[in-house]
Amino acid sequence: MAVRTYQRLVATSLAVALAVTMTSCAKGSSSQSDSGGSTLTLWTHNAGNAAELASINAIVTDYNSSQKNYQVKVQAFPQDSYNQSVTAAAAAKKLPCILDVDAPNVPNWAWAKYLAPLTGLDDTLSKFLPSTVGKWNSATYSFGYYDVSLTMVSRKSVLEANGIRIPTIDKPWTAAEFSAGLDKIKAGGKFKYALDLGTSATGEWWPYAYSPLLQSFGGDLINRTDFTSADKTLNGAAAVKWATWFRSMITGGFAPLKSGADPIADFGNGVSAILWSGQWSAVPLVKKFGDDVVFLPPVDFGNGPKIGGGSWQWAVSSGCANQAGAMDYMKFASQDKYVASVATATFNIPATDAAAAVVKGYEKGGAYDIFRQYSKKFATIRPPTPGYPFIATEFTKTAQDILNGADPKTELDQAVLDIDANQKSNNNFS
Amino acid sequence: MSSTLESRSADVPSIPAPHQLGSRRAPSQKRAAAWMLAPAAVLLVTFVLIPIALTFALAFTDSKLVSPQPIRFIGFDNFTRIFADATFWKSLRNTVVFAVFVVPLQAGFALGLALLINTKIKGVNFFRTIYFLPVVTSMVVVAILWTFLYQPNGLINSLLLKIGIHGPDWLGDTHTALAAIIFMSIWQNVGFHMVIWLSGLQTIPSSLYEASSLDGASTWQNFKWVTWPGLKQTRTFILITITIAALALFTQINIMTQGGPLDSTSTVVYQAVRAGFQQQQTGYASAISLVFFVIVLMVSLVQRFLTRDKDQVR
Repeated sequence: MAVRTYQRLVATSLAVALAVTMTSCAKGSSSQSDSGGSTLTLWTHNAGNAAELASINAIVTDYNSSQKNYQVKVQAFPQDSYNQSVTAAAAAKKLPCILDVDAPNVPNWAWAKYLAPLTGLDDTLSKFLPSTVGKWNSATYSFGYYDVSLTMVSRKSVLEANGIRIPTIDKPWTAAEFSAGLDKIKAGGKFKYALDLGTSATGEWWPYAYSPLLQSFGGDLINRTDFTSADKTLNGAAAVKWATWFRSMITGGFAPLKSGADPIADFGNGVSAILWSGQWSAVPLVKKFGDDVVFLPPVDFGNGPKIGGGSWQWAVSSGCANQAGAMDYMKFASQDKYVASVATATFNIPATDAAAAVVKGYEKGGAYDIFRQYSKKFATIRPPTPGYPFIATEFTKTAQDILNGADPKTELDQAVLDIDANQKSNNNFS
Repeated sequence: MSSTLESRSADVPSIPAPHQLGSRRAPSQKRAAAWMLAPAAVLLVTFVLIPIALTFALAFTDSKLVSPQPIRFIGFDNFTRIFADATFWKSLRNTVVFAVFVVPLQAGFALGLALLINTKIKGVNFFRTIYFLPVVTSMVVVAILWTFLYQPNGLINSLLLKIGIHGPDWLGDTHTALAAIIFMSIWQNVGFHMVIWLSGLQTIPSSLYEASSLDGASTWQNFKWVTWPGLKQTRTFILITITIAALALFTQINIMTQGGPLDSTSTVVYQAVRAGFQQQQTGYASAISLVFFVIVLMVSLVQRFLTRDKDQVR
């Protein structure tokens, strides 16, 4: 009797468990059509960024009052859990109509059929900085209001005192000049570190900040002609040269193996003389040093100066039942005045010339105009292949290991093997 | 803990045996018990058994976290990849080293603390609370705090400098990173096992101590012949729980070192999470989890066997 009760119970609980999972799946696919009404849901990663979120909310409010057909509803997520939320929603087929996406992830999500190509925006987007438009397989999937720029931060007084030339956008430092400069600063003995590479940050910072250095040496994360192999680009002579240089910054005593928790503050406190950082360092450092602080172009290690391109962008989901409505919103939201308002709220580089003219600091000759010029001239987007998220984690680990003293060639060869295997196991994402 | 629960629920049917008169009562009680079990059973099945079954199945496929392609069955490919991966072996080695140090040290310190606070003096509750505080604090918070303490110019090195020692970059040096994490983990967790030891100590009847002191036993003899044998059950429980927790090392690694430098702190669970979520290889991550499951199962079985063997000898 008891045995039968238990058996029945096990069967019942299994059935209930199954029912629960089944209904949640079923709900997923059915509610997709619910969102096909006049309400368009919009997801953003901005929950922790009040200024940017407010600027997005303002656009949505404007849009909702500008017409009667559609209502856009904003749902904000914290950045740390945003990508996971999107992946989970996609698995349950419950993606919102409109969502934002970090630029290097666009090809991955486009390949996975999360995103729908943007239509009717070609004219508008031709005026955007190339790095703010997300493309894959010759279709456009996303656009962003802004980009950010990497920069070498230093102080005029420090460079002049050490007899180092102040580089310009047309004549950046060469590798030899940079190396001689670091030697002089180190010999001067006034700074604990001549250079701070900002190695304390984690995650996407590593490929974002250090793959441009690799590209400047002549290497790359993957061969961009057909995106099937990283062989000879990530482990060729140029890449090994980059890795050797990278490690020599630590062994030579120029840069810390692991930067402090806040490299910008360290620079402000005179710990480091040159800082590899981004334009976001401008606001606190200009406040501290006035016009003594200079935001220099990246070093030209042989293949020209490079900075990473592409920041957060907006896209439409392929599961959205109301494509026309979503596209209508995208068209509305791509106006110059919104590019200007979001760029102002975030202190970032406005994506269009017209917007730049009205954003304080980014007008011609403005204090931050130099970042926009760097972005225009030096920006290289991270490889637009759906394999990028994997490449990013491999590169991060490889760069960290190299910095910690692993053999450059062995490490890079291993990374190439892993990346090639991943591209292959996905049929090269074709 | 699960073992005590099991044995108790197995005992339940034997308890109503005396009142055989109410023959109708026993089945109805069983039914009630069964229905009371149901909510927990449903949750366990949904959130433990089904995911485990899925892991077993996915381990033999090329399932990806993000992919438009259908899942393919690829046999043992994931497993051959795992065993050919140098990082996996390093991770396994680190996991074993961590467990080998943490299990005896943490159990030992916890027992020491428990003996210290198992006295009837004023203010003992104050010390019990102090020792237990790190356990109440979330591991995430503790890990972040210790990351600061371990910095090259952090509190620990500043203190060492006062006595003339130049401390290393604890988490940035391949020689010290794992040791630093072992030390911090023991500090965080020792209070929990102290409480378990304490509960074990308090089940030992005081009459035994009274008898032994009448015989003129010293403190050490008391411990060796009364306390230690009296803690047999507690010992088994602590051994198994610390071992499983130690093998599952993840949180500290994820926050403090991300497996670095040069894989010196990478662990099996960290590898599984990295492969599954950052690298989007669900199938491969499932295979790592499956390997990990088998290892934990074997270790637990060996421990069960060893502890049971002793039972029979005595």
